[in-house]
Parts: sequence; C-alpha cells; structure tokens
Amino acid sequence: MKLTKTLMATTALTVTAVAAHAQDMADSMTLVSWGGAYQKSQVNAYAIPYQEMHEGLEVVWDESSNEAVAKLRAMDEAGNVTWDVVDVVASDAMRLCDEGLAMEIDPDEHLAPAPDGTSAEDDFGDLLVSDCFIPQIVYSTTFGYRTDMVPEGVDAPDDICDVWDTETYPGKRSLEKRPINNMEWALLCDGVAKDEVYDVLATEEGQQQALDKLDEIKDDVIWWSAGADTPQLLADGEVFMGSTYNGRLFSVIEEQDQPVAMMWDAQVFDLDGWIIPEGLPDDRLARALDFIYFATDTQRLADQAKYISYGPARASSAPLVGQHAELGIEMAPHMPTDPENAKNTFLYNYEFWADYRDDIDAKFQAWLAQ
Amino acid sequence: MTITVIEPKPVSFVAPVVAAAGAFAGLFVGTAQGSALLGVIGGAIIGAALTFLFLTIFRQERAARWITTLGMAAAGFAFGGAMGGVIGLAFGWFFGWFIFWLGEGRYRAKLPPYTTSLQVFYHFLFRVICGMIFFFLITPIVVVMPLSFNAENFFTFTPEMLRLDPDGYSLKHYRDFFTNDDWQQAMWNSISIAPIATLLSVSFGTLAAIGLSSEHVPFRRPIMAILISPMIVPLIISAAGMYFFYSRLGLQGTFWGVVLAHAALGIPFVIITVTATLVGFDRSLTRAAANMGADPVTTFFRVQMPLILPGVISGGLFAFITSFDEVVVVLFVGSAGQKTLPWQMFTGLREQISPTILAVATILVAISICLLTTVELLRRRSERLRGMSPG
Repeated sequence: MKLTKTLMATTALTVTAVAAHAQDMADSMTLVSWGGAYQKSQVNAYAIPYQEMHEGLEVVWDESSNEAVAKLRAMDEAGNVTWDVVDVVASDAMRLCDEGLAMEIDPDEHLAPAPDGTSAEDDFGDLLVSDCFIPQIVYSTTFGYRTDMVPEGVDAPDDICDVWDTETYPGKRSLEKRPINNMEWALLCDGVAKDEVYDVLATEEGQQQALDKLDEIKDDVIWWSAGADTPQLLADGEVFMGSTYNGRLFSVIEEQDQPVAMMWDAQVFDLDGWIIPEGLPDDRLARALDFIYFATDTQRLADQAKYISYGPARASSAPLVGQHAELGIEMAPHMPTDPENAKNTFLYNYEFWADYRDDIDAKFQAWLAQ
Repeated sequence: MTITVIEPKPVSFVAPVVAAAGAFAGLFVGTAQGSALLGVIGGAIIGAALTFLFLTIFRQERAARWITTLGMAAAGFAFGGAMGGVIGLAFGWFFGWFIFWLGEGRYRAKLPPYTTSLQVFYHFLFRVICGMIFFFLITPIVVVMPLSFNAENFFTFTPEMLRLDPDGYSLKHYRDFFTNDDWQQAMWNSISIAPIATLLSVSFGTLAAIGLSSEHVPFRRPIMAILISPMIVPLIISAAGMYFFYSRLGLQGTFWGVVLAHAALGIPFVIITVTATLVGFDRSLTRAAANMGADPVTTFFRVQMPLILPGVISGGLFAFITSFDEVVVVLFVGSAGQKTLPWQMFTGLREQISPTILAVATILVAISICLLTTVELLRRRSERLRGMSPG
C-alpha cells in the first residue's frame, strides 16, 4: 500500500516536472554538425520529426563540428555559449569533457531506455566512452578503389597490405594527413600482429618502423584532410585507392554511381555523437535534453541509417535498420558493422592516441616534410 | 602610310622560332597525354617542318593557312575527339598565321623602321610575358565555369564533357542553388548584410577622409594609421578580437554585429580612395561656395561631393566586395543564422565537394563583371560629360 502511494506520488511529480519543462523550453535551438550528407540524415531522421511534434520550434544548423573544440573554448572564454547540441567525434567529446566544456550525462536519466526495457546504459554498452558523450553512430575509416583501374587478370584488392603493393596495383593512393590509422595499417603490413600493434607503436622504434613502412609508398600518396577529398579523387580517377569514411564511399558508389568498390579490410571504427555544452541557461538546457532524449531513442537511430550508411550506436536499433529512403536498397549490408564487412576491424584506440597523439603527430609531420 | 620596309625573312630565322612556339604548345598537349618530353619534341619538329614546307616549297599563304587549320583540327579530332578537334583547330589557325606573319616579315609593320632586332625581340617578349601573366591570373577562374555545368556531382571533366556531348552537361547545380534553402538563406544574408555594411563604411569613411585631409586636424597621421589598420592587421586577429569584444556587448551572433564588423573592414578602403581624390580637390571651391552664402552642409553636397564622387563610388565598391567576399570575420562574429555565401561555400568545400559551389562562383563572377563594367561605363560617361576626355 505504502509502495503504491510512493509510486503514484513519484509519477505525479514526474508528470508535473515534464509539464513544467515543456513550458520553460526555449523555442529555438542551434544544432552543430558536419554538413553534407551526414547532416542531411540528421535533419531527416531527428530534426524534422521533432519539429513536427513541437510546433513553432526553430532549429538552426551550424556546420562547425570540425572546429567545435576551438569554438567552444572561445565561447566559454567569452561567456557566450550560442550552441545547444553539438555533434562531435568521441575523441573531441573526451577533450571537451576533460576541460569541463561539455555537460556530464547520466544515461539512465537523460536517455530513453530500449523498447524492451533495457536501460540506455546497457543498450549503448561499451560505446559510452566518455561521461559527456551520447553516441549516435559507428562509422569507419576504410578504403575504396576504382574497379576499372584494377589491372587485367588481377584480383580486386581485398587486403589492407594491397595499399603497399604498388606493383600489382599501380596508381596513387590517398591517405589522411595524420598519423592515426595510417600508423596502425603500416605496422600491420610490416608483419606486426594485430593485438601487438599498439604495444609496438608505443615505442620509438615502433613509430620509426611504421614511418619506414609508409616511406615505401610516400611518392604514391596524395594526402587528404577533408572527408570529401578522397571521393573527389576517386571520381576523378586521380587515385587508384584511398581511405575515407565509409558513408562517403557509399555515396560515391550507390548514389553517384561511380566505378568504385569498398575494401573493408582493417577498417577502423570510430564513434560520433552529441554533447551538450556546459553552462546553458535553464530553458535552453531543457530543450537540448528533451531533443537528445528523443533523437537518440532506438527508432530514431535506426531511422538515420535510412539516409546514410553508418551503424546506429544502440544494440536495439540494429534489427530495425531498413532500406535506403530514396534508393530502396537494403542498408544492412552497407553498414560497417555488418558481419560480412567486419571480419577484420580496429576500434579507434582513444586512450592510446590521447597519450601519444602530440608526440607521434610531430614525428609524422616532420616525416611528411622530409 | 607606313615607311617600315616589310621583307620576307629567311627560313633559318623563322623555323627555329616556330619550332620554339611549337615546343611550348607541345608541352601542354604532351603533358595532357602523359609525356611532356614527347610533346615538346613533337611540337618542335612539326613547327619546323611546316615552316620549311610553307616558306620554301608551297608558298601560297591562303591555301597553306587553310591546310594547317583543317589538318590540325582533323589530327586533334582523331586523337582526342571533339575537344581535341577544337584545340587542334585553334592551334592550326595560330600556327598557319604565325608562320607567315614571321616569314613575310609582317611583325615589323607597326614598329618604327629604325628599331633594332633586339628591340623588336624585347617588344614581343614583353607582350608574351604580359599574355602569360594574364593567362596565369584568369585560368583558375575560367576553368570553374565549364565545370559548373557538369552533370556529375564532382569537380571532374567527365569523358562526356570532353566529347562535348550534351548529356555531360546540365544545369542541375544552378537549380540546386536556386532551390536549396541553405544556399538561398546564405544568399539573402549576403545581399542584406553587404549593402548596409557598404552604406556605413561609405558614410564614415568619407567623413573621416574629409576630416583627415583638413590641415588643422591634430595627429592626422596616427589617426589615419589606426583607421586603416583593419586592412593591415591579419584578418584572423581582427576577427578574434571582434569576437570577444562583440560577445561582451551582446552583438556576437547578431545581424548588426556582422554588419558593423564588415563596415569596420570596409572603412579603410573608402578612406584611401576618397583621400586620393581629395588630393586633386581644389579647396578654394569650398571657400567660394561659403563666400556665396552656402552653409558647410550645402557646400559638401553641392560642391565637394560631386567632385569626389568617383573616389566614393570605387571605395564603396571595394567595401561592398569586402563584405560580400569575407569569410573569416563572419565565421567568428556571425552565428549560423547569419551564414553568408562565402561561409556556405567554405563549409561546402570542406565537407562536401559539390559543383553547386562552382555554379555559385560562376554567378558571382558574372555579377562582378557586370558591376565593374557598369561602374566603368558610368565613370567614362561622367568624364565625357565633364569634357575631361575626348569622345
């Protein structure tokens, strides 16, 4: 009897709290993302349905995720945080969290449970890599190659070490202009066992070994810095193969119909998700939390996969992934997390790179300049 | 009329020159085909052979020129399809003309008869260098234009485009620009911010220039230096400074914040151009006007303003273009609601290489050309009306 009463009282309280919130929520919200097809998928899957539920809400998109850390620092310094919800990669979220620029999230309080009642914390599982980070998608950095530039009588490349095999597969390669991923791939192809890669890379000799391996193809590499570069270079036939985000390659292959195919071997998973800046006024914070609760529920994450080939971060969303919204093709086989594609994968090693990034970056840049 | 003697030149002089030009043309053709060296050698040999043929064996200018033009067009077509044909046609026409222009000695026709060979050489070398600088400046802009009609979503000359196949071209990127909300929003932001910023910079800049050119103002030079500093200080520094300053004032992320920031950037241009026109302004005119009973305001608008108007207009034009082209300051001072065209192009180029950017660039280039032509025509008209230049 007492228990029921308490329960009822709590429910009543929660209801009033939610109602009070609804009144105090700001009627405009600035979301920050990456632009391009990725942002479009978020607009379609999250923002449009959310706006339909809340009439009169104005949503402004800012395509500044690339410089989110620097801008949030400046905003904090100037005491004028204009962003409400910011889309960043996991490593940026960790930095922002450490610096106190992002708000800590309690998954079980701020995020929706799965439809079967599993708590949000269990549903996201290992992907909750930081206290401030609300994972959205799993993407991977992997290779695409021109199918029409594979020499005759040779099998299509299906091994990460084919990147180094310029005799069998002549042509330029495009690689990202930073050590992350490239160093791992280089060691892997220099005979280092997969589970020892980071142990080796932690040593001076290991770093030199990776750079020496990269040196073999240095003359054949075009370095990219924006995700759109490799698709452009592949479409141009300027490179034979290149690394980029798998969603970009999906767009080149399926939407733009270019003669390009995926080489999933040794793809590196990374996470992208939301953070809420620290120190928002109450009404905007209420709006941001309300949006996050809605936009990261099981169905919404699955919906995003209709527009772009990134895997939803919730375990419960995976079975709901359907067909592409315009092309009508099944999206599951294009997900980096699909078992067929994920035979040999890495997960971005956040701890390792947090510790070694500055050091290895300096060496890598010095090597590039040689 | 001319007294310069035009006489045919020996093959031993013409052939090497044409061969050099041929080698230069061959460098481009050869590089495009994958072997620069082969192109250079081939171009030189073809140039020399044609010269020899036309100047010794077959000296019939009209027929020879037709043969080279059509022959090269056919060869270009055979090797590189329609686009190759067009390039061959242009090369053929040029070399047919060039051989006889040199061979007949016509290149001296417009020069005084006493010029030495070296002077003639420098005369044409100068022109060639000017041409190459012009080419260097204009090509990056021109290349963008055909690409903006690409039917694909990449910055690529597709095989269809090179074949001049209509299927390779489309207006879809222009359609995207005019129908996409992001681009339209950015365009309206640019169109509403730039004129207001221009108006502010022209008003303040002109007043400052007039004040600073009166002799009795103390500390004129330091004040001038401070006022034109936004032009000299690296933009990123002004932008960061404005960001923190405007944040405290509550102007960061507002329409008026961006307008004021752009006005500050535009003022130096107006000050410089107006100060330059004021140098030629005769101060006794204002005294004469005052003598006739006009108050200073009337004097300014009726006497001074019409005379310095060209400086004001060109300063205003620079201020407008500064605001219209500016991306660094707006990234700091603006928020997503004030996204201007350059901002949209900047993020678009980084996140998603879409030819819509090229379509926008083409439209902007066309607008700039129209704007500059109009201003130039107006200027000439006013000069003509004032009888400053004949015709």
